[in-house]
Amino acid sequence: MDKYSLFNLFNHARNYHENWQRAWRNPTPKKVYDVVIVGGGAHGLATAYYLAKVHGITNVAVVEKGYLGGGNTARNTTIIRSNYLWDEAAQLYEFALKLWEDMSQDLNFNVMFSQRGVLNLGHSLQDMRDIERRVNANRLNGIDGEVLQTNEIQDLVPLLNCSPDARYPVLGASWQPRGGTARHDAVAWGYARAADAMGVDLLQQTEVTGIRRSNGEVVGVETNNGFIGARKVACVTAGNSGVMAAMVGLRLPIESRPLQALVSEPLKPCLDTVVMSNAVHGYISQSDKGDLVVGAGVDAYNGYGQRGSFNVIEHTVQAICELFPAFSRVRMNRQWGGIVDTCPDACPIVSKTSVKGLYFNCGWGTGGFKSTPGSGYVFAHTVANDNPHPMAAPFNIDRFSSGALIDEHGAAGVAH
Amino acid sequence: MQRNRLATGGRIDRQQSVSFTFNGKTYQGFKGDTLASALLANGVDVVARSFKYGRPRGIVGHGAEEPNAIFQLGKGAETVPNLRATQVELYEGLDAYSTSGWPSVDFDVMGSLGALGRLMPPGFYYKTFMRPKKLWMTYEHFIRKAAGLGKAPLEADPDTYDKLNQHCDVLVVGAGPAGIAAAREAASTGARVIIADEQNEMGGSLLASTHSIGDQLAATWLVEQLAELSALDNVLLLPRSTVFGYYDHNFLAVLERRTDHLGLTADKGSRQRMHRVRAKQVVLATGAIERPLVFANNDVPGVMLASSVSTYVNRYGVAPGTALVVFTTNDKAYQTAIDWHQSGRIVKAVVDSRPAPCGAIVKAVQALGIAVITGSGVIDVVGKKRVQAAKIAALSDDGQEIRGEIQTLECDLIASSGGWSPAIHLSSHTGAKPRWNDSVVGFVPGESMQQERSAGAGKGTFSTAACLYEGASAGVEAAKLAGFGDGLVSFVTPSTQELPEEAQQALFLVPHTKTSSRAPAQFVDYQLDVTAAGIELAAREGYESVEHVKRYTAMGFGTDQGKLGNINGMAILSKALGQSMPETGTTIFRPSYTPSTFGAIAGRDVRALFDPERYTATHRWHESKGAAWEDVGQWKRPWYFPRGSESIHDAVNRECLAVRNSVGILDASTLGKIDIQGPDAAEFITRIYTNSYLKLAAGKCRYGVMLKEDGMIFDDGVTACLGENHYLMFTTTGGAAGVLAWLELWVQTEWPELQVYFTSVTDHWTTATVTGPNARKVIAKVCEDVDLSAEAFKFMDWRDGTVAGVKARIFRISFTGELSYEVNVPAHYGRHIWEALVSAGEEFDITPYGTETMHVLRAEKGFIIAGQDTDGSVTPADMNMNWVVGKTKTFSFLGKRSLARSDSARENRKQLVGLKTLEPSTVLPEGAQIVNDPNEPIPMAMQGHVTSSYFSANLNHSIAMAVVKGGLTRMGEVVYCPLADGRTVAAEIVSSVFYDPKGERQNV
Repeated sequence: MDKYSLFNLFNHARNYHENWQRAWRNPTPKKVYDVVIVGGGAHGLATAYYLAKVHGITNVAVVEKGYLGGGNTARNTTIIRSNYLWDEAAQLYEFALKLWEDMSQDLNFNVMFSQRGVLNLGHSLQDMRDIERRVNANRLNGIDGEVLQTNEIQDLVPLLNCSPDARYPVLGASWQPRGGTARHDAVAWGYARAADAMGVDLLQQTEVTGIRRSNGEVVGVETNNGFIGARKVACVTAGNSGVMAAMVGLRLPIESRPLQALVSEPLKPCLDTVVMSNAVHGYISQSDKGDLVVGAGVDAYNGYGQRGSFNVIEHTVQAICELFPAFSRVRMNRQWGGIVDTCPDACPIVSKTSVKGLYFNCGWGTGGFKSTPGSGYVFAHTVANDNPHPMAAPFNIDRFSSGALIDEHGAAGVAH
Repeated sequence: MQRNRLATGGRIDRQQSVSFTFNGKTYQGFKGDTLASALLANGVDVVARSFKYGRPRGIVGHGAEEPNAIFQLGKGAETVPNLRATQVELYEGLDAYSTSGWPSVDFDVMGSLGALGRLMPPGFYYKTFMRPKKLWMTYEHFIRKAAGLGKAPLEADPDTYDKLNQHCDVLVVGAGPAGIAAAREAASTGARVIIADEQNEMGGSLLASTHSIGDQLAATWLVEQLAELSALDNVLLLPRSTVFGYYDHNFLAVLERRTDHLGLTADKGSRQRMHRVRAKQVVLATGAIERPLVFANNDVPGVMLASSVSTYVNRYGVAPGTALVVFTTNDKAYQTAIDWHQSGRIVKAVVDSRPAPCGAIVKAVQALGIAVITGSGVIDVVGKKRVQAAKIAALSDDGQEIRGEIQTLECDLIASSGGWSPAIHLSSHTGAKPRWNDSVVGFVPGESMQQERSAGAGKGTFSTAACLYEGASAGVEAAKLAGFGDGLVSFVTPSTQELPEEAQQALFLVPHTKTSSRAPAQFVDYQLDVTAAGIELAAREGYESVEHVKRYTAMGFGTDQGKLGNINGMAILSKALGQSMPETGTTIFRPSYTPSTFGAIAGRDVRALFDPERYTATHRWHESKGAAWEDVGQWKRPWYFPRGSESIHDAVNRECLAVRNSVGILDASTLGKIDIQGPDAAEFITRIYTNSYLKLAAGKCRYGVMLKEDGMIFDDGVTACLGENHYLMFTTTGGAAGVLAWLELWVQTEWPELQVYFTSVTDHWTTATVTGPNARKVIAKVCEDVDLSAEAFKFMDWRDGTVAGVKARIFRISFTGELSYEVNVPAHYGRHIWEALVSAGEEFDITPYGTETMHVLRAEKGFIIAGQDTDGSVTPADMNMNWVVGKTKTFSFLGKRSLARSDSARENRKQLVGLKTLEPSTVLPEGAQIVNDPNEPIPMAMQGHVTSSYFSANLNHSIAMAVVKGGLTRMGEVVYCPLADGRTVAAEIVSSVFYDPKGERQNV
């Protein structure tokens, strides 16, 4: 693998960049793999990477119906934080955050993880109670965070309307300085390149149409490019998890809905942190390219068409104009939608299934991007050992029958 | 001195001179100019510096496709970033600035470091800045500073924006020849037609045309057509209106710029307004965008689109140069040579990549004495801040290789044309998959996903006559499908005397003597400095999907969204991968077609109208008493009523003591109220709540909690039986809308067999709660027709009565634990009743109190607040409220099954308890986490958290409610709350009922 460095960039510049190696191969599928991962998004690619790196399992294929990182990896608003309320979720997201902190060096691919801090604003007394509770829980769990007063928030975000005359005045916020954003595409590419270098086959434009079983055990996947044998099949197909599960007659407690986002035209730096508000209902950050990156809640209706309704965009932009009256004259350059798989408790499913050799990692809802490395890590462990990673165990699918839900609606970043 | 202004011609008004400034320098233009045409008229070459390499850039296009001339207009609160000069109409005093270049666009530091460009191939930032790790944020700081175009305003927007909901039978997008013909034909059937066009004038390509339609000049024909359309009542013409998004169910978003052509802010009315159009049928007549040719140094100012050169000459009377070289792959661009020639300036040559073009227009150009150099291409440009010469070489027949010597032709303007790309953006928004068309050499709209069809250049039909015919056909088809007309075209297409055209050549990258990687930069996407070499590099590195290339190189990510560059880029990618254009495909176009103002998308729903405040009927009374406010849902509720200089603490203590010792009055009007009627009302309510309402008699009330399917408490409140099949359900203030939606969800989707109907009556009623030992005496003074005795009117009864002359419902329910009467009257009488009660209570020193006192009093009693003491993860049993769960109900209630799940039934769940701090005056912060061992290292095993916490003046010590693991079996245990400020507060677990545990006071 070509090592990426400034030195190497100089070297290649002398040759007009004509000799860079491919970031990953375009392999011919083998007959059979130890593990076939369905879904070449960042979660699937991370799973492949950790299977190879941590568990030494390299006879792995990632099967992707489109292009790598083309689903929610390419569509999210790239916010990363770990200030979740419940122990189970906080542990997992904090584990992920620690992996984020070393990811660029680990993958030798700059994913531009930028720890510019995340603010979750409180606009009512109950918001502030919830914030106090969450920040206290984070602190006792060893996660950075504090409750900021309005004047401290104003110092961090000069353009935020902190006036007491606002419709919903900013009463305070939780502040996680280690949170931030990353370059979403780079995460998929970085994992892809590193996994490929360890022998993982990345099979793009290969759509899984069925999961073949024999005696109740998984033996491979049917695809538009023919059958591919597999001892284990790991599904990481956000937005289509229910469809995949239906291939083996499983029903998941998941609803699939459009989640939209938008960007402004690029602007000179004017917003240094990530600002999220449940009550006014929008979140915003500024990318390194200068775009304001804006999102809000899911659309009201279930569906698989990666497009949402305009009224959601209107509400979102209203919230942004309310929080940032100066942004009213800024213009929306582009908007788009993805499909998120949401569980009733706003927490994911990382689990074995009733079909031997079949695993699911899904239901990350609106918060999947931030969990990418953690998700891949614990899922790889779960698949490799046919036994949940201790951090994944609480996210077993059984919790929906036992009732041991991990209700993170308050922490998931968007309203219920 | 407008040195490039032609003496005659153009649609500008030469009588009206307009002065404006650009980068601080004053210039003159004319009314009718765009900022771009005025700058070109004044000979301003360099208007920007490029994003990555700091190269000088000039104006390339004349419309939505312009990638370079992106300016900041104005200063202060009025400023608007990133406006495209080609779409900014000139007005007196316009004040524009470049958004790039430091210290200026003429001398830029980055540009002078041009040699470093080689270190910045696509994706270079993925490959470096990784070490030392801690420096990334510093690197990033500079990367961020270098990025971005204009500056966001720093103050609130002074303008307002409107929205209009429009409905029409046929929406025509684009008012070029096809659009006008479509609108005309559709309108003639009587259909309601809207025709929207992004430009200040309707007419599209006709505005710059020198051709005739029928026996008229195109411009004259246009005037007649528009006059006819304007005269029709069933036609709405929307100029300066961009249809920027096409959504499901034929919903289109149209942004109309009402006043931007007059100044930065609107003198009166709204600056822009958004038409939210629901159209039965849509005709997309969006035209096409010329594709530039990609050759070395093709970004030097003075390289423009051929059609843009013609447009500046014909429409604006501006000749942006002196000596022109036209470089084309098709017949159309020859018109530019003719236009330029007729403007009296020199055409050095037309360079045509086709080996032997001999069409009529080629001959016409030659007949004017203009040299036509066939089978050749402009392969490079001489010049830095302005074109000085074109380097021309003979090409192979397919245009892919250089043959023969290179000649240098001096010129200062190169007009290039690689053909035309249909503007398929809106069709693409609908999810229609674009199809590649070899003869168009472009993507055309795919199979319709909505009620729409394309016509004219937007679907690859380029001659004016064909556009007119196709537009007319589309118009009648749309009208017919919308229920109007017979579908027959009545319009007689006028003759246009257009010359027949020869086939164009598909040429996406003009070869150079060196390979792309070594040749001078051949720009594909000007705005983001994406070159042919960059795209080839991406492909070489394995970024083969067109989406990967877009994301790796940033091609098409600019504010022009790749209107110029994308097709060339995709073709260069296709060639690098050895595949066809359909195999490569295209990226998906997304709204907005051109950027749309946030404020216009938000409309009026900002500031006071963002989420309008709700006031109770007695709001002004509270205000007059100096109430402090709490936002509860959308409501403003009195939080407490400070007297004099009282702190919140003093006021609340006083209010709490007054209620317990005499009487207080609370405005409880905001509590949700849902009127429920129907023969199955009792059955329905019984399914929704955990307890039964089947036997609740008229005149009686019952408290209930409702659960979600997961068995967790969601809301609570009292429901009263008003009569047969008639109930009134109270909900929490914040939960009212959610509860109503919940009820509707169940009856509409799960139990449609139940006959039950809901009406929100929250704001129909004013509720005045009179509570305290003297409450009965107060009520007795204003109500004579109800027997208020404890025997006749019991706790949890309600009565009709007359209070201060007003028909009222009086409920004996209590959230304070004191004797309470909740007087409900129609809201119009609210203030009257309130004042009557207050004056009746004067002798008992009746004390108005707010939500804070309400919270303290109920906490003394251990009453929960859904949403504060519950969080969607607690069952009734967790709240020590099993008494509210009906065990013998015939129909299961929502959530019942979940209560039996192993985790819901397990011991050691978090349970509601009281906490008494060991130091009685210390009030625990709400949200404090609870641990068993304060010395445990982090991570600590959290036992629960404090949900409510107050100082109780009645008890003279602090009280708190908390959920604690296994709390109900841990009475007397001491637990600890480690706080953020370093303190650890110790507290004893006690019953959550601190006051009057037997509940005697409310029953008197």
